[in-house]
Amino acid sequence: MSENLTTVAVVTGDSTRQREVTRGRGRTQSNWGAHTVLLIGGIVMVSPLIYQVVMSLSTSQQVESAPPTFWPGVFQWHNYTDVFAQMPFGQELWITVAITGVRLVGQLLLCSIAGYAFARMRFSAKGIILGIILSIIMVPAQIYLIPQYQIIQGLGWLNTVIGIAAPGVFSAFGTFLMRQFFMGLPQELEDAARIDGASSFRIFWNIMLPLASNGLWALGIITVLWSWNDLMWPLIVTSSAGTAPLSVGLANLQGVHTNNYPVLMAASLMAMLPILILFVVLQKRVVAGIGRSGLK
Amino acid sequence: MSTSTAEVTAEAARTGSARSSAGLRRLLPDGPWPWIFIVPTLFGVAVFYLWPIVKTFYLSFTTVGVFGGSTFTGLANYAQLFTDPQIPRSILNTAIYTVIVLLGIPIAIGLASLIERPGMRFRTLYRTLYFIPYVTMPAAVGIVWRLIFNGDFGPINWLLSLVGIKGPYWLATPGFALVAVAIVGLWMSLGFNLIIISAGLREIPQELYEAAQVDGASRFRQFRSITVPLLTPSIFFVMIMTVVNGFQLFDLLYVMLGKANLAMPQTQSIVYIFYNEAFIQNNQGYACAIGILILAIIAVLTAVQFRLQRRWVNYV
Repeated sequence: MSENLTTVAVVTGDSTRQREVTRGRGRTQSNWGAHTVLLIGGIVMVSPLIYQVVMSLSTSQQVESAPPTFWPGVFQWHNYTDVFAQMPFGQELWITVAITGVRLVGQLLLCSIAGYAFARMRFSAKGIILGIILSIIMVPAQIYLIPQYQIIQGLGWLNTVIGIAAPGVFSAFGTFLMRQFFMGLPQELEDAARIDGASSFRIFWNIMLPLASNGLWALGIITVLWSWNDLMWPLIVTSSAGTAPLSVGLANLQGVHTNNYPVLMAASLMAMLPILILFVVLQKRVVAGIGRSGLK
Repeated sequence: MSTSTAEVTAEAARTGSARSSAGLRRLLPDGPWPWIFIVPTLFGVAVFYLWPIVKTFYLSFTTVGVFGGSTFTGLANYAQLFTDPQIPRSILNTAIYTVIVLLGIPIAIGLASLIERPGMRFRTLYRTLYFIPYVTMPAAVGIVWRLIFNGDFGPINWLLSLVGIKGPYWLATPGFALVAVAIVGLWMSLGFNLIIISAGLREIPQELYEAAQVDGASRFRQFRSITVPLLTPSIFFVMIMTVVNGFQLFDLLYVMLGKANLAMPQTQSIVYIFYNEAFIQNNQGYACAIGILILAIIAVLTAVQFRLQRRWVNYV
């Protein structure tokens, strides 16, 4: 198993520990310059978010003063509660969580079974079907958005959670990602189970799926990230404030309340926070998952 | 879908009874399971992707009415593509945006080679710092950047004023608006490029550097003659991804500039025009033709990059 997972390990940095030991000798002293550059660069990278936090705790007058006041003095925590008066934040958060949840469960289930079938099962026209699914990955979204909208409209699903979530439950990319993952698992385990008389379903469910947990993590993280942050599709299929997810709510909010910057900063921070926390907690898995999406 | 499930169940019954037949078992070792496994995905992909793709091609030759009916108008939409003055401008804007975001790749190479230096500590910290922008929501972080680029009290113009430059009204001035959006695009994609290139760096055998050291090669020489050539597959991959994603520019533009911005006509991307024509102006037939144009542009750019890669990408 470990052999097949080297690509993942390489991306996660699991295998680097060993190499760091061998590489570590000798040249450590000369790394001060590198640390200086990386630290300054890293602070520049996160400075917009630090600025956002500070501004979200300031007053409007402080934000709009020139030269800027970079410290609020008294923290204006009420900006965070004011968000709920400015926009239906709770409702929009719920919609974002719901569409993310529906797509996550749908993709994990559907992409893993289909991916497994394409990787390890024999059936007629497999190559052609896989080729068709692959071709969808290459196509930009503008090629299917309008008819997708017409379908959702025809079903009467505009402004509903199911309408926003529906197309994203199915994923050609996710199917391919899981196929690639299952292809990398050893055949011997499967053969042994088959000789023992296990059915194809049991082999998949009891043996292969648990081994594919890294692939499921990768797919899950990519799905959550994309679904949480997605803007254009929900923008198309929702038309009123209470039915849209956070991304749409924020994009439309700023036209209306442009001058209340502290509340805008607080709202946008609250919208990003769950993903940022998820990222920090699962840092290694996220990096591995994104890296995997790259190594297709 | 119900019919196909019924078919599958019927097939399941048949294969179940024939299980004793060794010949059939070799032919269909998995019985009905492959079909049960792929039918949901096949159904969803057919309904939500394949059929829409076919329909977009069809609609691009029609004029779609407000209530959904469409009349065949031949190549009228494509003729309009060639006479619409906002199309060339938007392609140019998208290309400029993409080129600026591509500048993040050399930056990512430099930073990744520092992070992956021998004996480097705090690697996880650095990776986290650089990767955080990639996971932020464009709709949310676009609002923050809007304030950062504010002409009157934004910190960017404050920094410029410290060195005696009067900063422009970034998001209200054509040209500057696109640069501002592209800077944010670069900021968001840098972490992704860094992760891919770091992975590429770790695949380079350490022995090569040791041999080069024995031969007395300087660090810069090692970087130029070992690191860069062996990194070309990773660089090629992030280039492809940057170009494909760059041509999808929409979220940041929509959030940072806003619909009513007077600089929008000179700043808008090709996908923004698609969105505007399809869902604001209700010219869905024309928007479908724009969609086909986007497909053609991305296909040509990707094909050209794959053709050119032979000249500079080294696969070991």
